[in-house]
Amino acid sequence: MPLLEPRPAPSAPMRLLSPLIAIGLTLLVGSLLFMSLGKDPLEAFRVFFIQPLSSGNGWSELMVKAGPLILIAQGLAIGFRARIYNIGAEGQLIMGALAGGGVAVALDGVDAWWVLPLMVVAGAIGGALWGAVPALLKTRFNAEETLTTLMLAYVATFTLSYMVNGPWRDPEGMNFPQSIMFGDPALFAPWFEGMRVNASILIAAAASAAFWVFTSRSFLAYQLTVGGLAPAAARYAGFSAKGTVWVSLILSGLTAGIAGVGEVAGPVGQLNLNISPGYGFAAIIVAYLGRLNAIGIVLAGLLMALLYLGGEAAQVALQLPAAITGLFQGMLLFFLLGSDVFVDYRLRPRPKPVFA
Amino acid sequence: MIEHLIPILVGTLAAATPLIFAGLGELVAERTGVINLGVEGMMLIGAIAGFAAAADSGGGALAGLPAGAVAGMLAALVFAVLSLSMAANQAACGLALTIFGIGLSAFIGQHYVSFSLPGLQPLDIPGLVDIPVIGKIFFHQDPVTYLALVSFGVVWWVLKKTRLGLVLKAVGEAPDAAHAIGYPVIAIRYGATLFGGAMAGMGGAYLSTVYTPLWVQNMVAGRGWIAIALVVFATWNPTRLVLGAWLFGGVTILQFHAQGLGIALPVQFLAALPYLATVVVLVLISRDKRLLQLNLPASLGKPWMP
Repeated sequence: MPLLEPRPAPSAPMRLLSPLIAIGLTLLVGSLLFMSLGKDPLEAFRVFFIQPLSSGNGWSELMVKAGPLILIAQGLAIGFRARIYNIGAEGQLIMGALAGGGVAVALDGVDAWWVLPLMVVAGAIGGALWGAVPALLKTRFNAEETLTTLMLAYVATFTLSYMVNGPWRDPEGMNFPQSIMFGDPALFAPWFEGMRVNASILIAAAASAAFWVFTSRSFLAYQLTVGGLAPAAARYAGFSAKGTVWVSLILSGLTAGIAGVGEVAGPVGQLNLNISPGYGFAAIIVAYLGRLNAIGIVLAGLLMALLYLGGEAAQVALQLPAAITGLFQGMLLFFLLGSDVFVDYRLRPRPKPVFA
Repeated sequence: MIEHLIPILVGTLAAATPLIFAGLGELVAERTGVINLGVEGMMLIGAIAGFAAAADSGGGALAGLPAGAVAGMLAALVFAVLSLSMAANQAACGLALTIFGIGLSAFIGQHYVSFSLPGLQPLDIPGLVDIPVIGKIFFHQDPVTYLALVSFGVVWWVLKKTRLGLVLKAVGEAPDAAHAIGYPVIAIRYGATLFGGAMAGMGGAYLSTVYTPLWVQNMVAGRGWIAIALVVFATWNPTRLVLGAWLFGGVTILQFHAQGLGIALPVQFLAALPYLATVVVLVLISRDKRLLQLNLPASLGKPWMP
């Protein structure tokens, strides 16, 4: 006898509660983990979630990390709504960073206001093109985008490695795989002395607003969702399923590409092999945790950024490995999927014994 | 030329071993209608569990492989509970398993970064190893590589010749009908999924305890995804899967022999080749929609509840 039965209609409150339940369960299992490692869970949570936010610099770092996560997740959510699973945003981020960083390397020494905007545009195009490749392969050759986007992410990593080891390597960089440090015209200027937060988070904010309007107000977004959920119905209504694939992958590539520029023209300041701590993958969790909703994604992105910061703080203060962030990310997604089941299903009440 | 070719072909077989294990496991799971995108994660969990067991027990690869299989199976169990018992989206659960596996293996692996293991000596098959050329390539390999080929034989035989194979395929093609004649669909899918986990875990443990034999963070490096692509490429046929794994094994080790062969391409390009090849192979096989539809297990990826 199965324990679950379908609800007559999906539960709206459960849809909103589910992320909170997932966060709660992650914290619970997290405390057990801390205890098994001989750490006081309360102290660990203070280090993880309170300490990073107890200084101005901490808030600045939160914004620095939340910016790219939110930006990428907004783009991914458009595709996920249409059941187009782009899981290679990390690759699109790298190609965007390469395109934008390439502009900075080529224009080194040019002191003009348009250098940075040009980098952003180049990054958007680079990311969008890298997203367009799997779109072409899907629409023209029917190749699964889950696999192709991810494979192309590996290819992007090797391309980055080639560029910073070869053509774009800093001649005075002592053979390290890195480009020159970008000059001021190619960098987002920090807003405050000694802090890294800069105008690139305005791009994430603007994108969030734009996607909110797009998803809640526009007919195109409706077409996209229908095109993904019910291709046959979409065709009948005259919407194109292929168009859905193209728009989803190009949009998510574009936002990931811009996020890549934000990294190289921001906290990183050059092209090297460490331009992203897995933002492209973490953004998948952010999109789901935020219920594929523009506002939800902003909140989820802030939480995920805090998880990154907490991981760094725990490494210093508690001598815990930094990989604990990845562990928490995985747990969070598992618990989210588990509690999401109860949006569509409910526990079956125990059948009353029947006496004949 | 031939003196370069033999070491390449010898290495190809070993490089194909983790792909054969993981690919066969995924193939069996998919045949019952379960698509588990967590192969990469299960391989990583198997790799670190195998490495830890091999290093801590002092038993080497012989201790590592079973430990890897058990760990992979436990990882698959998490996936199975969510996607089979609770009917959650299989693609998302698999992805979660991969993300979780990357995190968990890196977390545990922190303690094992500077260890190294002895690996396994090649085992010559008496008589056969003396056959010119062929003997060196096929019969002078480590024992696990033979084991991978034996498991191919078993999977082939079970799917093709036994009643169990028929039941597995029936569950994948028509779960409702299989249920109606009294087969426990969910239990059979559990079995196949756990088998897939054990095989992926073995593949990972082979990488960390025999092939490398070191622990390096994220050392599976996309092989789990390549294994999933191989299942599609093989159109769910075990023989084609092994041929595909050999092809990819060859592409993977080409980078180590490029100099000898006089290939003057950037090393990064050669390292990217297996991933590019995966895309090309997927495109080639997927463009023929009819061929794919004909072989695709009809209920693949669709949640089913009694």
